[in-house]
Parts: sequence; structure tokens; C-alpha cells
Amino acid sequence: MPSARRVMSDLRVFGRGYLRNAAGLFFGLIFPVILILIFGAIFQSGFSGTITLYVQNHDTGPVSSSFTAALNSTGTVNLILVSNSENFSQYLSAHSASDGIIIPADFSADYAAHQPVNVTLYGNPSQSSSQIVSGTVAGVINGFNLYGSRAIIGVTQTTANSQVTKYIDFLVPGLIGFAILISPMFSLVNISSEYKRIKLFKQLSLTPLTKMEWLASKVLFYILLSSVSFLLMTAFGVVAFHAHVALSPWLIPFLVLGPMFFASLGMLVGTISKSTETASVVGNVITFPMMFLSGTFFPISLMPTYLQTFAHVLPLFYIIDGLNGVMIYSNYAQATIDLVVVAVITIVAFVAAARLFKWRED
Amino acid sequence: MIPVEISDVKKSYGDLHAVDGVSFSVNEGEVFALLGPNGAGKTTLIEILEGLRKRDAGAVKVLGLDPWENSGVLHKRIGVIPQDFTFFDKANPREAVKYYADLFDVTVDPDATLKEVLLDDSARVLFENLSGGQKQKMGLALALVNNAELLFLDEPTTGLDPNARRAVWDVIRGLKSKGKTVILTTHYLDEAEQLSDRVAIMNHGHVVAMGTTEEIIETHGSGERLEIHGTEQLATYIKTHTKLNTEYNSKGIISIAIKHKEDALTALTAAEQSGLDWHDLHTRRDSLDDVFVKLVSGTIDEHGEIRAENTNNNSRDQRRR
Repeated sequence: MPSARRVMSDLRVFGRGYLRNAAGLFFGLIFPVILILIFGAIFQSGFSGTITLYVQNHDTGPVSSSFTAALNSTGTVNLILVSNSENFSQYLSAHSASDGIIIPADFSADYAAHQPVNVTLYGNPSQSSSQIVSGTVAGVINGFNLYGSRAIIGVTQTTANSQVTKYIDFLVPGLIGFAILISPMFSLVNISSEYKRIKLFKQLSLTPLTKMEWLASKVLFYILLSSVSFLLMTAFGVVAFHAHVALSPWLIPFLVLGPMFFASLGMLVGTISKSTETASVVGNVITFPMMFLSGTFFPISLMPTYLQTFAHVLPLFYIIDGLNGVMIYSNYAQATIDLVVVAVITIVAFVAAARLFKWRED
Repeated sequence: MIPVEISDVKKSYGDLHAVDGVSFSVNEGEVFALLGPNGAGKTTLIEILEGLRKRDAGAVKVLGLDPWENSGVLHKRIGVIPQDFTFFDKANPREAVKYYADLFDVTVDPDATLKEVLLDDSARVLFENLSGGQKQKMGLALALVNNAELLFLDEPTTGLDPNARRAVWDVIRGLKSKGKTVILTTHYLDEAEQLSDRVAIMNHGHVVAMGTTEEIIETHGSGERLEIHGTEQLATYIKTHTKLNTEYNSKGIISIAIKHKEDALTALTAAEQSGLDWHDLHTRRDSLDDVFVKLVSGTIDEHGEIRAENTNNNSRDQRRR
């Protein structure tokens, strides 16, 4: 029978040890806030790079093809074609995107006939990426209009989301994900291999404490720590940079499952590694790519396609994607999918960790 | 009930027979020492008794339980200091005792427990800042939390300075006076002699001698000996004229086995009759050290490693205090 007294006592001893350790406290709570302040300040003015632009082309003529080719050749936007059967506005929302363009059906014909024709440009005027898209599209249209020596093509501006999304809005959930990753992961990799080395697990196995109770207390601790970290980072993001984040009960499962997953994963790495050194190397190999490629410091849509594909195998991607869905877009359909993925991998990791982790040897 | 009863216990790791057919029983209220060099199998054996390791063969009953199968029940009734006892760096002894009390679901007064192991003066010092002796005392305190009837102390004083060792000994004597049964492993002979009622000397997985230190010396020692300084010529003279068992070593010591009081007189009379010079008369009995050297074929250094005996410098040079 699991005992609450044992779990809480272990939690108390572990938590007190954590609070007495300046390094742990710094990396667990202060470091993520510093990251918010640094990155928030650096990118307050906007960011650069390739921006994903969704295109729905209703025209079948040659002009729209050369128009999209021209957009592509600017190098500032990365075009993704959207099927004509989609509701474009909903499609953008579902993909957490704000930038898109619709080319009307009679585009080529009108252009050939020198009839004025408008493309519809979706974007957030206040978001720097949308400003870049808007400037790029205007430049290309200008070129096409110069051919005909007349203003044939015009632009209708619209927005898909009413919400205004800034870099800091991405940064807050991204770095919350970062905090959910690093503290439990590094800590459990370290203590599970270290306790094995100094035979502390063996010693604990001589008490009625069970390994499940021990693991549960660590998971509980990192859920608490991540929640405090979440509150601190959100507060600093909002106060210092006026981040727009939606707070919703939907965040709770991510703040519970995230630390549980990484605590289990860390435990697993520490358990299967023969030495503390091996454990730390394996832990780093798993942690570092995730730390940068899961949408922590910038939205993954800014990354090259192959890295975006790679990001989809990283567990942290689903946590951050889910946090983005809840906090930025209020896109619960997306968040639900992420939550299912996170729940499944968490259960797998927790069960595997609890199974492979040995209190005593044969 | 006999607290510990084992027979023909075996445990191998590959080709290494760590414990190779050990049998003994430990009585209630007894301090029983397992003595032996590193690698003798002491820790493996004690861990089998604690339910931390599974034996390959043999019968084991600890407090009437099979330790491996009933480890959960057993752990509530035994107290253990494992070898190289350690704890969370950032916790102090007081917190550690409360933690163990929670784990065992008992109520204890941490200050009283720490006083019992003479650690009340450092109750609030973080584990990482405790000295080696204080850490061991804290381990003892934790082993006492559940008021166990049987205690396992695996090398409780290894690496401690003499003062700290003596302090730990005092605590162990206190446990004995309270009627606890204690199983102790050590590679210090004086520790076994000082603390234990009975000793089992282990080597290469076997028990090579067992009993009180007196019994072990009696059984495995070479009895009372008379020693005089003299020449090899004198040794030969005594041997031929008295038929007593006489040995001569390179340091000029003639050692004569004495079975009866008269043997001493006979030997000394012969020495006088020889007209040869002799001096420095001693009698000695084998100490536990001497017996240990014979049984384990070497002495043991402070790290528990066997140092093979130099044949020219055998233990007979050591006088019994």
C-alpha cells in the first residue's frame, strides 16, 4: 500500500535539499526567468528569417504560377499551398498561422485583360512577420504591375485571428516548455545514477519506502517546481514585455504531464546507464537537441523544413505546441492532439522507468 | 527464537564463489562479528541476511523469515548500517531521523535518538558537513529508529580515526546492554575482540574459524610458548636434550611450546646446562592476530587488504600486551 506519509516525508526532505542548493534553485527557477528577460529584450523589435506563407490559388492560368514563383524567389517567404476546398481562414487558425494569401479564380484572365484584380492577404499588421510578408507581396505585385504599366493587381488586407501575436507571446510558452524539460530531466538523470553509485537506493530499500513512492515524490516535486516556474515566467513576460497569454485550465495537464514525463525519462536514462558519466552524456544527447529545436526560443515555423520534420519526433515539441495552442491561439483542437501524444509518451516513460529502476540487486 | 540461523549458504558471481557454504546461528542478545579481509564475502553474506541479495543455495532464517522472500516484513524489524553509509547531502541528522520515522511509520523523539548515539551536539549540521565518525553515528541513529530487535552493522568504523572508532564502539556496547542482537562485520581484529561475544573469521567465502576469541585462540593457536634469546646452537641443544618442540627464528628467538608447567622448568634447566648464553625470558600465547595470520595467511592492513606475511618476519615478534 502506498503511504502518503512516506511520499510526503520524502518530498519534504527532497524539496528542502533542493531549496538549500543554490545551483538547483538558480537553474530551476531563476534561469528561465533570465532567459525570458534576455530574449524578450533582444527580440522586442521583431525577428527575421523565412516566414511561412500559406497560399490558396483558385486560378489555373499561367500568371498566378509566375506570381507564386516570384514570391518564392524573394527568399523571405516559404510558400505552402493550401487545397482550394479548405476554408482558408479556419485553415490558418488550425495551423496556428496568421500569414496567408488567396489568389482569385480569374486572376490570370483579369491580368491578361488588364482588369483590376485583388489578392487577399491575411496577416497581423502588428506582427513583424506579417509586415515582412506584406512588404514582400507588395514588392512582387509592384513588379507585375510595372509589366503592364498599370495598377492591375491590388491587395485586400485581412486578418485570420483577431488576436495580435508577438515574439514574446511565443517566447513565454516556449521557455515554460524549456523549464519543464531541464529541471526534472537533468536532476533525475543525475540523482538516479548518483544514488545508484553511492548505494543510496540500496539503503532506502531497507526501509518501507517503495521505489514507486520515491519516484512519485520526485514527480510531485517537479510538478510543483514547474508550476512555480510557470507563474514566475508568465508574470515576468506579461509585466516586462506585455506578453498576451491566455490562462486556461487546459494548461494544467501540460504542467502535470510535462514534468512527469521528463522526470521519468531522466530516471530511465540514469537507471540504464552504467556510470554517472555515461548517464550525463546520454542525458545531454537527448536534452540538447530538444532544448533548441522544439520551439523553445522561436517558433519552429522559422526553421528549415527538415528541422521542422525532426522537431516532430521530439517530445518537448508536443508540450510546447500544446502550450502555444492554449496560450496563444486558444486552439484546443491542436492542444487536444498534443495532449494525447504527451499523455501516451508519459505513461510509457513512467511505466518503463518504474519497471527498470531497481531498488536492490539479485 | 534464534534471531539468525543459516546453513550452507552459497552465492557466486560467475566463477567467483563469494560465499561458499557458510553455516552458523546467532543467539538473542549476542554481538556476533564477521571478521575477514576485503573480498572474504562478509558483505555479500550480510546482504543476503538483510534481504538485499538473493542466495544461490542454502537455508536462511532471519527472525524466522526468509529475507529475500519476506524482505518487506523483515525490513521493519531490523536496523541496518550498510557499508559506506551515506545520506542526502543537504539534510541534517535531526531531519534524517524524522524522515526514517515517517518511512517506518513510527513516532520517535529525534533528539533522544541522537543523544543515544552521542550525536545530539550536531543535530542540525548538514550531512555533507559532518565528519566521518559523525556520519557513522547518524547511520547508527537511523538503524535505531524502528526499535529493531536485530541490527546489522557492516564495517561501521572503517576509515574512522581512533577516537571516532571508540565513540562508535561505545554506542554499540550501549546497544548490547539494551539486549539487542548485533551482527557486525569488520576487518579490525581489535574491534571484533572488543565488541563481540563470538567471532566468525571468513576467508575466500568460507568460515575458517568460529567461537569466542578464547576458543578460536585455543583451537587454532599453538598454545603457551616460552621464548628466550639465544643461538641456533642452544636451540638445537634444548631440542635434543628435552624433546620439547623448539623453533628458532632469524631474529635469535628460541620459541618452545609449553604443554605443562614442568616443560618450562625442563627447558630452562637444559638452557643452563648447555653453558651457552641466553637472555630475555618471555612467555606468550597466540593472540587473535597470530591466529588470524595463520588462518588467512597474511596480516590485514587498515584498508582491509591482506598483506602477505614476510616469512623472515613472522608474527612471533609481536609480544602479547
